[in-house]
Amino acid sequence: MTVFKKAAVLLLVVATAACTNPDRFGGGADGSAGGANGAGLGAGAGAAGSASDPASPLFFNQTIGDRVLFAVDTSTITPEGQTILDGQAQWLLTNADYRAVIEGHADEQGTREYNLALGQRRANAVREYLVSRGVPSTRLQVTSFGKERPIAVCSEESCYAQNRRAVTVLSFSAVTS
Amino acid sequence: MMKRLLTLVITLMLAGPVFAQSGPLRLTITDGVIEPITFAVPSFEAETPAAQQAAADISRLVVQDLAGTGLFREVPATAFISQVSSFVQPVAFADWRAINAQALIVGAVNVNGNQLSVKFRLYDVFSGQELGQGLQFAGTADGWRRMGHKVADAVYSRITGEGGYFDSRVVFVSETGPKDARQKRLGIMDFDGSNVQFLTDSSSIVLAPRFSPNGDRVLYTSFESGFPRINVLNVANVGRQQLQTAPGEMAFSPRFSRDGRQVIYSLSNGGNTDIYRTDLGTGQHVRLTSAPSIETAPSLSPDGSQIVFESDRSGSQQLYIMSANGGEARRISFGEGRYGTPVWSPRGDLVAFTKQNAGRFHIGVMRLDGSEERLLTSSFLDEGPTWAPNGRVIMFSRETQGAAGTSSMYSVDISGRNLKAVPLQGGASDPSWGPLQP
Repeated sequence: MTVFKKAAVLLLVVATAACTNPDRFGGGADGSAGGANGAGLGAGAGAAGSASDPASPLFFNQTIGDRVLFAVDTSTITPEGQTILDGQAQWLLTNADYRAVIEGHADEQGTREYNLALGQRRANAVREYLVSRGVPSTRLQVTSFGKERPIAVCSEESCYAQNRRAVTVLSFSAVTS
Repeated sequence: MMKRLLTLVITLMLAGPVFAQSGPLRLTITDGVIEPITFAVPSFEAETPAAQQAAADISRLVVQDLAGTGLFREVPATAFISQVSSFVQPVAFADWRAINAQALIVGAVNVNGNQLSVKFRLYDVFSGQELGQGLQFAGTADGWRRMGHKVADAVYSRITGEGGYFDSRVVFVSETGPKDARQKRLGIMDFDGSNVQFLTDSSSIVLAPRFSPNGDRVLYTSFESGFPRINVLNVANVGRQQLQTAPGEMAFSPRFSRDGRQVIYSLSNGGNTDIYRTDLGTGQHVRLTSAPSIETAPSLSPDGSQIVFESDRSGSQQLYIMSANGGEARRISFGEGRYGTPVWSPRGDLVAFTKQNAGRFHIGVMRLDGSEERLLTSSFLDEGPTWAPNGRVIMFSRETQGAAGTSSMYSVDISGRNLKAVPLQGGASDPSWGPLQP
């Protein structure tokens, strides 16, 4: 339970750091984006416990992995993605005080509106997978940033592959609800 | 008869524009080459000492507007044989013919306190006659650019027989910062990049603003809540409120109906994106598509009866047209690659779009049945066309490649000529061209 106290303290820190969405972890690295996470892996969650503590958001973000990647113009969960999402589902079931917003993203090779819709499709695919593994859908929300928040900025497949992602961003439900 | 020499006919035919020949009095269709009309603008007469600066500025702006279309070529003042020192003085046509100026624009500016007026006359040099009647525009001194644009619009309109587009504004997204943390806020500018003002701050992402038909409001997508939502912004007082859409996880890609009373947009739920319409007066929502695929980027026909939109129902992004009330849609794009962001032309006969093929992006136009597709541009990433009020010019976003990539706005004729960047400080994207101002 001490983990939750730490989490609550972090929450205050993030909030005073002018993050536009203070009920989230991992948003501090990118406050201007209104919570476009995944920029800087786990940067905002750095103080949220330690990566070796299985109940910590940091463990979720780094050890399990907070994101899954997609092939071009698809929203199919890959086998690697399934492994990560199985871990996410298990963590969310164990840590029932957390909610998550799943943020879908696309690479820059597409038009703006289509990429928003594609990101939604990807985020929803992650949500459906987590729900199929028993996570209550009431704890999951989806959004999409389209191509607005790449984490890798080169114009090559090595970067595009990292940008075609869905990131599960934790929040502490004692605060959000 | 001679008057026709000064009449530059711009056809809407994609087969090729038309040019005016000096020499025999006829218009010949060529394959994409236009012989510009030559014109001279002696510096406008300053009727009062206080008007000297404005007279010089307005003259220059008229030249800049006309020459900037690529349809007109300035005869520089250094070539002038005679000067026009007075608005009422008879024109020595022989002197202008000798330097091959087909059109002559003379004007006068009066400044009285904060009031400024400008009048002009347009002459067909080779027929020695005035084309149209003298016109006068009046306003406040700080509005001199608008009056210059109005003179240029009138000249453009008289010579081409089409509406102008110089006295118009564009709403856009101003961009700063690196690619992975880009700051975006709404900006508004004159069509030529002057008079930039900001309508929002950059505390959250804003996307794809769209002018209302009369320019009083702007629809745009905002991430203020962390979820894409549509806002309606009042241009005059910059007040904004969220559009009450049908229930959905995300709402984006809005456009006004031609009467400004309804909004069509995309709504996403459970991974599926469809097109909806909301009536601003009654608050009623109508769902217009219900396919499991992505339906987005709707744009109404000028008469309001049909909607062109993009969908990946065939497996890749393509363009479709359906009734404004939904129902069956017919596919209109059949070329190679993917097609998105369709925008119906103000004249109703063309659709502008973004095409993605073989790793390149293009802005193009096609007819409503998909025929006569013409790609106007090609680059690493061009997207998001918007029409000038007269349907002759398209503005769009161009993003450059790589980690240091930035976005700028460009304009291009629908014939593919006269591609040029809109001169702005900093990055800019997602232009929406507003109406000709009253």
